[in-house]
Amino acid sequence: MKADLSVRIGSLVLKNPIIPASGCFGYGLEYAEVVDLASLGAIAVKGLFLTEREGHPPPRIVETPSGMLNAIGLQGIGVHRFVREKMPELRRLGAVVIVNICGSAISEYVELARILSDVEGVAALELNISCPNIKEGGIQFGCDLASTAAVVSAVRKVTRLPVIPKLTPNVTSVSSFAKAAEEAGADAVSLVNTFLAMAIDVETRRPRLSNVMGGLSGPAIRPIAVRMVYDCARAVRIPVIGMGGITSARDALEFMIAGATAVQVGTACFVDPFIWTKLLAGIEDYLERHGIERVADVVGTLQTDRA
Amino acid sequence: MAAPVDVHAEVLANTRLSADYNVLVLAAPAIAGTARAGQFVMIRTADGTDPLLRRPFSVFEVLRRADATPYAISILCKRVGVGTSRLFEAAAGDRLDCLGPLGKPFTTVGPPSEAWMVAGGVGLAPFATLADELRSAGTRIRLFYGGRSHTDLFYLEWFESRGVALELATEDGSRGSHGRVTVPLERALSAQPASAGLTLYACGPEPMLKAVADLARRYGRPSQLSTERIMGCGMGGCYSCVVRVRDDEGRAHFVRSCLNGPVFNGDDVVWE
Ligand SMILES: Cc1cc2nc3c(=O)[nH]c(=O)nc-3n(C[C@H](O)[C@H](O)[C@H](O)COP(=O)(O)OP(=O)(O)OC[C@H]3O[C@@H](n4cnc5c(N)ncnc54)[C@H](O)[C@@H]3O)c2cc1C
Ligand SMILES: Cc1cc2nc3c(=O)[nH]c(=O)nc-3n(C[C@H](O)[C@H](O)[C@H](O)COP(=O)(O)O)c2cc1C
Ligand code: FES
Repeated sequence: MKADLSVRIGSLVLKNPIIPASGCFGYGLEYAEVVDLASLGAIAVKGLFLTEREGHPPPRIVETPSGMLNAIGLQGIGVHRFVREKMPELRRLGAVVIVNICGSAISEYVELARILSDVEGVAALELNISCPNIKEGGIQFGCDLASTAAVVSAVRKVTRLPVIPKLTPNVTSVSSFAKAAEEAGADAVSLVNTFLAMAIDVETRRPRLSNVMGGLSGPAIRPIAVRMVYDCARAVRIPVIGMGGITSARDALEFMIAGATAVQVGTACFVDPFIWTKLLAGIEDYLERHGIERVADVVGTLQTDRA
Repeated sequence: MAAPVDVHAEVLANTRLSADYNVLVLAAPAIAGTARAGQFVMIRTADGTDPLLRRPFSVFEVLRRADATPYAISILCKRVGVGTSRLFEAAAGDRLDCLGPLGKPFTTVGPPSEAWMVAGGVGLAPFATLADELRSAGTRIRLFYGGRSHTDLFYLEWFESRGVALELATEDGSRGSHGRVTVPLERALSAQPASAGLTLYACGPEPMLKAVADLARRYGRPSQLSTERIMGCGMGGCYSCVVRVRDDEGRAHFVRSCLNGPVFNGDDVVWE
């Protein structure tokens, strides 16, 4: 018997727990030739503002040991063009679309949520209150408990879609932010966004990114991300979507055992755009080897007692 | 354009051309069969996670069997850092993950009656396949090829054997004209009657591309430039590889060079 890979995020049932992470999969259509978008649990599309944004000048990425820094600066086409130009094709391809939204004021998140709530095919809203690369990218909301709660409850009031604030790891206690989000009405939380970081060219004594600092992602951050997901999953009752450095089914399962109901995969799909089938096959294989019927039964099964 | 594939390609040969250049032949029929001049592949230089990201390389040659079926591609590689150094060490029999073909190729429709290819250093890389494509279309081809010294100029016989006229330039004057490759290019442009159906194709360092674009405009010739950016994914996912280009209304935007390029119309590029 094939294992049941479905998981539930609030009112949303995903056919499996694997989601390409926002900002790492374009608007999904870039990958439509190499992956059946309908075969994924959902796709988290690139962060959208109300209007088009140009982003930072290159160089926008730099590699570090087992990771990368990015300072893309949320280049994007804006919500209206997204709805007009991308959603019809995403619907046709059967993608379950989580739209990642960003704003510089609560009113902008609210406006984005209003617009997207009426768009057929949008399955959930991920509130990007955690982009470290731009001042107005919501990180000021994500680094302050009261502001996190205020954004979430303001969006909650104007939409029936699941609301998933995306938390920043650049705070002392991520779990208190998860709690604040839950109390404000979030249906789930996702974490982690990238770690504020920097790299310097010692020959020229200049920063390696045009924006000086950037966000660290990739395998280098995985152990910290796993710890943060574990902390948050114990602190809240709503589902946690975990991410940070996942490159294999084993990594994905590590997050799920720590308490993640679903996972997002970002940097690894730059290296391997065909990774999705390998992740799903690896999870199925694991479930079969362990005689587990439903992947949901893996969530939060970490054994911490000493045998 | 054909959908990209990821090939676990066997290294068939790795030929060292000089201290800093090598040519790697990769068994990749699925890429060789569809790749067009100007397209590129993303190669994974290590199995682990350091270095993590793939590296982009132009398709240098498409290699064919006696019956003309394509079976391999080669890449011309210049050693600059950790990833390219690994490719220097690759041995026949090793396998490398190779994703492609990616990007928009050079436009060879028309085809132009005459093509001038302008290469700076490793910028030669897209021009072997381009020469093959244009030659079969009956285009007359000249290659303007510049390097620091005569030891930086490769594959001259290859191009000559295909009837490509060579115009060489070296910065130390050890071969061809002394100085930048744009010097013989400008000389040739000013000697060419304006009516001929000539297209310029260029690949090399950014100042060279800008100079070629300027010359092309000044002499009223179309130009196509293959740009080089740091690429994270090669597929349009990461937005790292942007080039500023002007749209039809004259407004400048950052566009992803892995999707909208790497080849751009020289008139459209806005230089930073
Ligand atoms: C579309 C495209 C086609 C290319 N085709 C070829 C080719 O056919 N042959 C070839 O030898 N090279 C080609 N390149 C350049 C090649 O991708 C880089 O030289 C390579 O990625 C460097 O990797 P590395 O690990 O050796 O360098 P790293 O160790 O990552 O970096 C070493 C130094 O090189 C710089 N660098 C890294 N990547 C680039 C880049 N893309 N452009 C300029 N500087 C860079 C870094 O900033 C650093 O200073 C191409 C690039 C693009 C975008
Ligand atoms: C190039 C790049 C762009 C990103 N853009 C966004 C974005 O637009 N919105 C967002 O919420 N997160 C963005 N992120 C963060 C990722 O979604 C993810 O949280 C992070 O990269 C950690 O996962 P990973 O290690 O699997 O990449 C971006 C990450 C990268 C590398
Ligand atoms: S290299 Fe990732 S978008 Fe171009």
